Amino acid sequence: MPALPLGDAGAYVAAAYITFMVLLVVYVSVMARNVTRVRQELRRLTEEREREESR
Amino acid sequence: MADKRLPAVGASAAASLGAAFALVFFYAPIDADQGFVQKIFYLHVPLGIVALGGFIAGGVMGLCFLRTGNRIWDLRSYVAIHLSLILAIGVLATGSIWARASWGHWWVWSEPMLVSFLIVFLLYCCYQPLRFAIEEPERQARTAAAFAVMAGAFVPVNFVAVRLAETVTHPRVLSATGGQMPGAMRVTFLACLAAMVLLYVVLWRLELARKSAAIELKRLRRRERPIPSSSPAVMPRAAAG
Repeated sequence: MPALPLGDAGAYVAAAYITFMVLLVVYVSVMARNVTRVRQELRRLTEEREREESR
Repeated sequence: MADKRLPAVGASAAASLGAAFALVFFYAPIDADQGFVQKIFYLHVPLGIVALGGFIAGGVMGLCFLRTGNRIWDLRSYVAIHLSLILAIGVLATGSIWARASWGHWWVWSEPMLVSFLIVFLLYCCYQPLRFAIEEPERQARTAAAFAVMAGAFVPVNFVAVRLAETVTHPRVLSATGGQMPGAMRVTFLACLAAMVLLYVVLWRLELARKSAAIELKRLRRRERPIPSSSPAVMPRAAAG
């Protein structure tokens, strides 16, 4: 096939790079959400333990 | 690498990826044969190399677990395979977009490179169901490691077999003919590859840190709220059968 004109090719190139960026952002945000949840839970457990020790 | 250094390394990975993409669009020349659509190559090929490398690394880490019995290797192997599987989705997506632009088809079943990558992808899709189908932790880790080693060995064998195949329309990048890229293209490709490797390492460390913290949390919870001794989860191994 002959090379696509710049206008048509640009849409495909943009689609490829946007797909990659979306995949990356989704992955990192899922990881960040999980890390936040684990940290909150750890903080809660630590506070619970401190409360029990102070009694 | 300490967890505290992760944000800094993550920022440098993001910066290097940004710099590599800037090289793609402002430095690398437009390919005389394919035109502007060849810019996808700088994303698709490093992604593919890193994903396949990650699968092999997962196999090596699985082997380390089988040799040492240290559970950290099992965790590392699991994270490497999980991350590579996500990158492999990116490889399939960007490859399909390129194929549509260059060949006029989203997928070509007669193309060995495409089908072989799909086989590798589907093979690794079985890793998680297999792993989590086994409840006993030790057996789960050993089975997953054995799978990782065998599948990891299959990846380079599959790659070599495909390259020996005759009827190929998929471009060869790292070969005697395809490897002869002009200097600017080669520099850009190597920059993209380096950035992708750095990104993989950062994401691997991030997921490893998250997994380790989750395991630690589970341990703490068990210590805080011990499960009654009648529960099968804490039954001694001999009693469990």
